Amino acid sequence: MPSATFSIWRGDRESGGLKDYSTEVSEGMVVLDAVHKIQAEQANDLSLRWNCKAGKCGSCSAEINGLPKLMCMTRLNTLPLDRPVTVEPMRSFPPIKDLVTDVSWNFRVKQGIKKFKPRPPDAPDGTWRMAQQDIDRVQEFRKCIECFLCQDVCHVLREHHHFDGFAGPRYFVHIAALEMHPLDVEDRVEELKKAHGIGYCNITTCCRKVCPESITITENAIIPLKERVADHFYDPLSRLFRMFQSKKKEGTHAGTETAAQGRDSGSAGAR
Amino acid sequence: MPDYQTHTYDVLVIGAGGAGLSAAIEASSAGVSVGVICKSLLGKAHTVMAEGGIAAAMGNVDERDNWRVHFADTMRGGQYLNNWRMAELHAKEAPDCVRELEAWGALFDRTKDGRILQRNFGGHRYPRLAHVGDRTGLEMIRTLQDHGIHQGIAVHMECTVLRLLTADGRVVGAFGYDRERGRFLLFQAKAIVLATGGIGRAFKITSNSWEYTGDGHALAYHAGAALMDMEFVQFHPTGMVWPPSVMGILVTEGVRGEGGVLRNKEGRRFMFDDIPELYRAQTADNEEEGWRYTQGDRNARRPPELLTRDHVARCIVREIKEGRGSPHGGVFLDISWIKERLPKAEEHIKKKLPSMYHQFKQLADIDITKEPMEVGPTTHYMMGGVQVDGDTQMSTVPGLFAAGECAAGLHGANRLGGNSLSDLLVFGKRAGRYAAAFAKENTAGAIDADQIQQAAAAALQPFERSGSEGPYQVQQKLQEIMQDLVGIVRTESEMKQALVEVEKLRQRAAKVSVQGNREYNNGWHTALDLPNMLTVSEAVTRAAIEREESRGAHFREDHTAKSAEFGKINIVIGKGADGETKIARRPIPEMPAELKQTIEEMQ
Repeated sequence: MPSATFSIWRGDRESGGLKDYSTEVSEGMVVLDAVHKIQAEQANDLSLRWNCKAGKCGSCSAEINGLPKLMCMTRLNTLPLDRPVTVEPMRSFPPIKDLVTDVSWNFRVKQGIKKFKPRPPDAPDGTWRMAQQDIDRVQEFRKCIECFLCQDVCHVLREHHHFDGFAGPRYFVHIAALEMHPLDVEDRVEELKKAHGIGYCNITTCCRKVCPESITITENAIIPLKERVADHFYDPLSRLFRMFQSKKKEGTHAGTETAAQGRDSGSAGAR
Repeated sequence: MPDYQTHTYDVLVIGAGGAGLSAAIEASSAGVSVGVICKSLLGKAHTVMAEGGIAAAMGNVDERDNWRVHFADTMRGGQYLNNWRMAELHAKEAPDCVRELEAWGALFDRTKDGRILQRNFGGHRYPRLAHVGDRTGLEMIRTLQDHGIHQGIAVHMECTVLRLLTADGRVVGAFGYDRERGRFLLFQAKAIVLATGGIGRAFKITSNSWEYTGDGHALAYHAGAALMDMEFVQFHPTGMVWPPSVMGILVTEGVRGEGGVLRNKEGRRFMFDDIPELYRAQTADNEEEGWRYTQGDRNARRPPELLTRDHVARCIVREIKEGRGSPHGGVFLDISWIKERLPKAEEHIKKKLPSMYHQFKQLADIDITKEPMEVGPTTHYMMGGVQVDGDTQMSTVPGLFAAGECAAGLHGANRLGGNSLSDLLVFGKRAGRYAAAFAKENTAGAIDADQIQQAAAAALQPFERSGSEGPYQVQQKLQEIMQDLVGIVRTESEMKQALVEVEKLRQRAAKVSVQGNREYNNGWHTALDLPNMLTVSEAVTRAAIEREESRGAHFREDHTAKSAEFGKINIVIGKGADGETKIARRPIPEMPAELKQTIEEMQ
């Protein structure tokens, strides 16, 4: 079997650096397999997170040759093996040990987002009616596996460390899923601007490019949310209108947003 | 005494998958304080990988469906070893649980008239699985997680429990450690719900993650609770077989529900060759009828690919053994053929099975809309677990509850696809409700310092030893033994050999040493998981030796027929006073006449 070299970041909260490991590789292997093999044979105390090994749980996020990826979905045959493959932790979050970082900030941000609040049921049996084409967009957002690669790559967090006033792409997708949910009647537009700092995003689409679920984060989630914020805070007519109207949001706006690339045709899945 | 932090709750839930989160939400709604421990980060538990759907007789697609049909299907699938009370409650309560998820924000695929769409699945008479493409588990865990974090529940992420603490015959707390710093933690609780999932890591080829080391099974056993049905390990018929690094990763039954067919290398749909008597009346006898069933024809019977998992897995093993397998030791599963029948088949497949499409495209360079997949059986699910009361989910130890995969009863000898997600919702909720009630009726028990001392000392031993025995090597050896000797096809001599080997591994595990320190040390964590894996492996093997018949997921080459005698009992395993394993046959309680009649009517 051929062998390959992996430069894996080893370290703790204070310091660390890349360490080279050579291991045999075989057909079909992904980076996670190689790291596991090294862990079992050469470095028992090497730390990493993983669970499903099939791109469904979003645990094994790392930076492979400098690019944010899931280790379980990165095949070795997509990487040049004539030089060492670097495997580093997500750099936007504080290191804990080796490939494990402190991602607890993300969980705290979610806690601060207003929860789902449905309208009263449509039917006497307490259920609702929704058309498939009205939920297609939100289902795209709900594919998110919370790997936090979009957070890792976002320059507002990575370069500017704006963890206090900016929720990050993951949570704009989350808020978009709530705001465009056909049943939701909560209003999150004010806090989107203030607490969650959506204005800091200058739509460079870095997050969308690294999403392992191919969610069209920028175009389908962030831009429509920015439009809502603009409508709410800066449109003079609607500001005037609001002065005479209650603040309570009544309907929803699902399915009326900017058309964007990557969108499925709205075929109803019903048979 | 070791250093440790103390946390006190009315109800402690160990595990944060579907069952654990359901239990925590329900207990917290009852007004008690709740702590949840998860081995991974929140939202990463095994539920996230579930694909097919949640079985619930809502009758949205076929109004002939109701709880009686679901009950009868579940009992038939479990070969009548099920706890009938659980099967009854499950069938009755699952629809409301699904509707509750929708009220908490879940977005299921829709019917044309805007209701929750339901799909066909193996062993279910009518289209019954509420689903979201093939990522239903993600939808479910995220919905529970996002609802739960606003309920005031304390979540301890990346913590592992080493042992349950008992006093005066009841459970009073749990002792464990946090993975990040390696510090010890004491959880004092009036009631504890185990929701730790399964044991799949004891086998080599598995769809399960590193977490599935039988923790709840072993914790309960050592706390004095009885384990039941441990011989029934489900091997899912369709796992990936190529390339080697992805071997065992699940290929959802939804592929077959959408019209996918199994073929051997001769191109033959071999599932038509062996249709069990119990299912003959419900199964199509020609390809045309089978196809019509998958497309919603209510007068058609299901294709044999949608027979129960135990049977399909054995048929695949037979094809491979007799030399009719695919090049990499599996058989062919083909969904691409539906292009002969459907316009826009390629888009249809990508829409209905998006994660399967990506999984094969990315991991195996296979485009499932154009070519067949290669699949073979993979260790998937544990039917056996903690013996519980059907209504309350309390184990034989007062104050200790269990729900989901780590509890036994609902599924009997074989679980139907889709019945696990509904199991988590129905019995997670019930366990939470009755654990909260128990906590309200009881005061906190006294913590025995000796128990803490012992657990802490045992946990630190791997650092004190020196030597060349590594945790991963012992784990890999155990996986090979269980796969080879206690797998899909079993025989007494091999299983007795397995017991000898497990004993040898126990001695090796006692010599394992680890490098480094206590901070996020995966090697140490693996070393601490080993005793649990050995405990459950021995229980599985002993129960499998005891059941001298073939039934459901348990197939004995030396006893190929079903036995009427074994059809009346569950096998129960407990820990004796001297620490020895005790095995007993527990008669299945008499079923009420109403339920019996339901089963007869549904034949």
